[in-house]
Amino acid sequence: MAEPLLEVRDLKVSFRTEDGTVNAVDGVSLEVAPGETLGIVGESGSGKSVTMMSVMRLINDPNASFEGEVIYKGRDLMTLSQDQIRDIRGSGIAMIFQDPMTSLNPVYRVGWQIEEQIRAHEKVSKQAARARAIELLGAVGIPHPAQRVDDYQHQFSGGMRQRVMIAMAVSCSPDLLIADEPTTALDVTIQAQILALIKKLRDDFGTAVILISHDMGVVADIADRVAVMYAGRVVEQGSLRGLFYDAQHPYTWGLLGSIARLDRPRPRRLTAIRGLPPSLIRLPEGCAFGPRCPYRFDRCAEVPLLTDKLGDGHLDACHLDPEQKKERRDRAIRPDLTARQDLAVPQDLSPEGAEQ
Amino acid sequence: MATLLEQVELSAELRPAIAGRNPWALAGRRLRRNRMALAALGLFLLIVVLSLLAPWYARDVAHVNPLVPNLNGTTVVGGKVVPVMQQGGGSLHLGETPIGPTGDLHHYFLGADLVGRDVAALLLYGGRSSLQIGISSAVICCAVATLVALVAGFFGGLVDTVLSRIMDIIWAFPVFLLAISISTELLTARSGGIQVGPVHVNAASLWLPTAIIAFIYLPYVYRPIRGQVLSVVNKEFVEAAIAQGASNLRLIFSEILPNVVSTVIVFLPLMIATNIILESSLSFLSIGVQPPNVSWGTIISDGQDLLYSRPWVSMSAGIMIVLTVLALNVLGDGVRDALDPRAKLRVEG
Amino acid sequence: MLTFIVRRSLGTVLVLFVITVLVFIIFFKTPGVDPARAIAGRNSSPQILAEIRAQFGLNRPLPVQYALMMKSLFISRNLVSYSNQGVLVVPEIGAAAPATLSLVFGAAVIWVVVAIAMGVAAAKFRGTLLDPLLMILALIGISAPVFWVGQVANLISQGGLHSTPLFSWVPALGYTSFTQSPVLWFKGLVIPWITLSILYIGFYARVLRANLLEIQNEDYVRTARAKGLRERRVLLRHTLRNSMVTFVSLFGLDFGALVGGGAILTEVVFNIHGVGFLTYQALTNLDLPTIIATVVFGAFFIVLASALVDLGYAWLDPRVRPA
Repeated sequence: MAEPLLEVRDLKVSFRTEDGTVNAVDGVSLEVAPGETLGIVGESGSGKSVTMMSVMRLINDPNASFEGEVIYKGRDLMTLSQDQIRDIRGSGIAMIFQDPMTSLNPVYRVGWQIEEQIRAHEKVSKQAARARAIELLGAVGIPHPAQRVDDYQHQFSGGMRQRVMIAMAVSCSPDLLIADEPTTALDVTIQAQILALIKKLRDDFGTAVILISHDMGVVADIADRVAVMYAGRVVEQGSLRGLFYDAQHPYTWGLLGSIARLDRPRPRRLTAIRGLPPSLIRLPEGCAFGPRCPYRFDRCAEVPLLTDKLGDGHLDACHLDPEQKKERRDRAIRPDLTARQDLAVPQDLSPEGAEQ
Repeated sequence: MATLLEQVELSAELRPAIAGRNPWALAGRRLRRNRMALAALGLFLLIVVLSLLAPWYARDVAHVNPLVPNLNGTTVVGGKVVPVMQQGGGSLHLGETPIGPTGDLHHYFLGADLVGRDVAALLLYGGRSSLQIGISSAVICCAVATLVALVAGFFGGLVDTVLSRIMDIIWAFPVFLLAISISTELLTARSGGIQVGPVHVNAASLWLPTAIIAFIYLPYVYRPIRGQVLSVVNKEFVEAAIAQGASNLRLIFSEILPNVVSTVIVFLPLMIATNIILESSLSFLSIGVQPPNVSWGTIISDGQDLLYSRPWVSMSAGIMIVLTVLALNVLGDGVRDALDPRAKLRVEG
Repeated sequence: MLTFIVRRSLGTVLVLFVITVLVFIIFFKTPGVDPARAIAGRNSSPQILAEIRAQFGLNRPLPVQYALMMKSLFISRNLVSYSNQGVLVVPEIGAAAPATLSLVFGAAVIWVVVAIAMGVAAAKFRGTLLDPLLMILALIGISAPVFWVGQVANLISQGGLHSTPLFSWVPALGYTSFTQSPVLWFKGLVIPWITLSILYIGFYARVLRANLLEIQNEDYVRTARAKGLRERRVLLRHTLRNSMVTFVSLFGLDFGALVGGGAILTEVVFNIHGVGFLTYQALTNLDLPTIIATVVFGAFFIVLASALVDLGYAWLDPRVRPA
């Protein structure tokens, strides 16, 4: 791709604890192009939040150590001074978080908090900042913004608070918006609204977005490319269609197979990925997913590198070769159809047909 | 993918890697690693032991009876026999200065007080009183408060309302003023003692200040523990126990109490420290420990008149209080850190 | 907002009522003690006893006794101290109040400023040597009984080092009213102020530090950082501001308690004739009328302070304000 907006190179983050060293992020490499939306999927503890918090240098724990580089507009964020990174936060890269109920300061009016961000990065008068805050509240769909700008956060519902957070995040027109599970704490209908809002802002302003979620449905709705993380590593990365219809890693198959779908005959049971996520203090030798992988073989004792096997921009970290994968994948995702040997990639099941 | 049976078996294989650990063992380990807290515990125990040894010290080492005035006595300093009260002021010993610290453990190590008593021995006896009052009032207060909180939190409704209101009323009365009021009133009672039903309490008994102090701080301990009880009562494992047909008694003592105990344990060292200070304040004002008993507070008060000539009388007792309370505070912090679940990410040392 | 104030006021009145009832029970109804004799103290002649019985209606029904006690405290204010040559107690308290207020106000200013500075510094420089150092100082502050610290202060400033330029300016122990001589008023209060504030600085610095560290982990502080705000602004405007809620409510209660008679120990040690000192003299003489009065007025002050704190709380924390 062209010059990426943000490039994470082999990032490693570990925490010293009384039980040992926790390797929360174990060599993660990601890229986001300008205007592109990257979805990051993984279960709790996969390291997705820690990765993004490290990008913003928001981890203040004295027991944390960092390795690797995060290149943004030609500079390595990991080496910048406090002042320099502060400059970028909020204006170059903005972040919204999972729990809108506690993300706003309860003792200040919401308008004040938006104005605070604007005036931290731009030299504008109080009145101008306030006008912009009202405008932003309107843009994110808050009714009567001119009155509500003086309300406190406890006077808003959860969905509204998340909208306020989004308004605040885009107030300085950032190049990149990182959304860490923005809809997880909200119910499904509000979820759809928030995602629609993010999409609209992205389209209006050309902002790149990194959206973290454990919900593949959310990611499918909004992302251009997707990365799957497991145990602090990226195990698969590719385009949206590529990931969903041509997944290359057994973990991803497990994730896809465990989703209940309305457009297919009901399987007798959803496939669960057996076992439990590994302890990040004592990672298994070789492939981190090995202990839970039904297709494990002797080569898996060697750590698989994230590589592009077929030269199509789709990366995966699995030792199986592509041919072996096809067959196993179908069985994994569609156990009810494994009797049909002639099925390779299920073409008749994609709602939009088979156009590439 | 795997069949259900295979999945269960695989989980069993993975189980050793995620064995759960007893939270008490975890807390104990954290506490053991906290060197400052252990040092504080050591210091506190040392002071307790020294105070317990008071009678032995007085009788066998210093050869005095420290609770009795010794105005005409003599002692040996640097080989010479010296009167305990210097600069004769006639038979009433007016305007006399007692001897100062001698540095000799067998002869008035810290000097004498205004009535010729051996300050060092007095200090140890004072420790006995102060520690006894401090520790027993803290234990009684925590025990009673916990019991009441368990009952109030468990039964809820009217029981809770009544008990909590009573506690609010006690707390509405400012702590120090309440202590003063009750102590003073009890002192004006017949000097022969007080009749509490069949029990006759000696007016100078240490149990009076103990009871007063324990009573005063009841609401202080009660409130947070009741809060804990309320949060535990609503948890699912209590519901599960009820579904199993557990009796109320069993529920309170086997299900709820163990989960509340950690809060009580954190309170103990802090309450002992608080109570020691309250007792010393009351004794300083002459409404705490009464003669012939002594406590660190009474020693400080007695030393007031000798402050500029023989400062060691007051200073020594004050230093004892500071050391004891400091040790308890550090220990209390350590205990709280050890039991705090959020301490998991903190690295000790 | 008005209903909030009204409701809070009613609650306050109720608490004050309960306190006076408790005082009544303690001083007039302790089993085995004759209140008339207790009030008369040492100078009890049959004539005085009769006088007391009449004044407090000790032969009349309970509610009447209570009402008479309240009357002599608040309305006729003719509560008399028998141990102290028949001095009228209530005006005596009024005369002693300025000394106590001077002492407590000055100490409060010092303790608030220093405690905030220490707490913020300890939280900000967490991980360096400054943090544990400050906290040990704070710990010592709360471990030393205030009356003993006063003695130490006196030992140093009035005793050995009094003649040195360091302490020669310290006047003899006692209180000079501001109207008499502002300079002497100030000089005489400096050391008592510092002594009294040490205990509270220790306590509040620790509480504030713990509170700050806890709030640092809150989501909204993370948001503030993510917005790109200066760390100092995050600390002061977001973290400290939110911890002020707890700080102020604790402060209000302690301040009230001090004025209400908690400063008794300091006043005794420094010979400052305030309300606390009055209480102390009454204690040593077992002068019940004075004690009754000082306890009741002290308690009233504390309860009022607590009600004011609640109002202040609502101003500081918008979540508490009624919608």
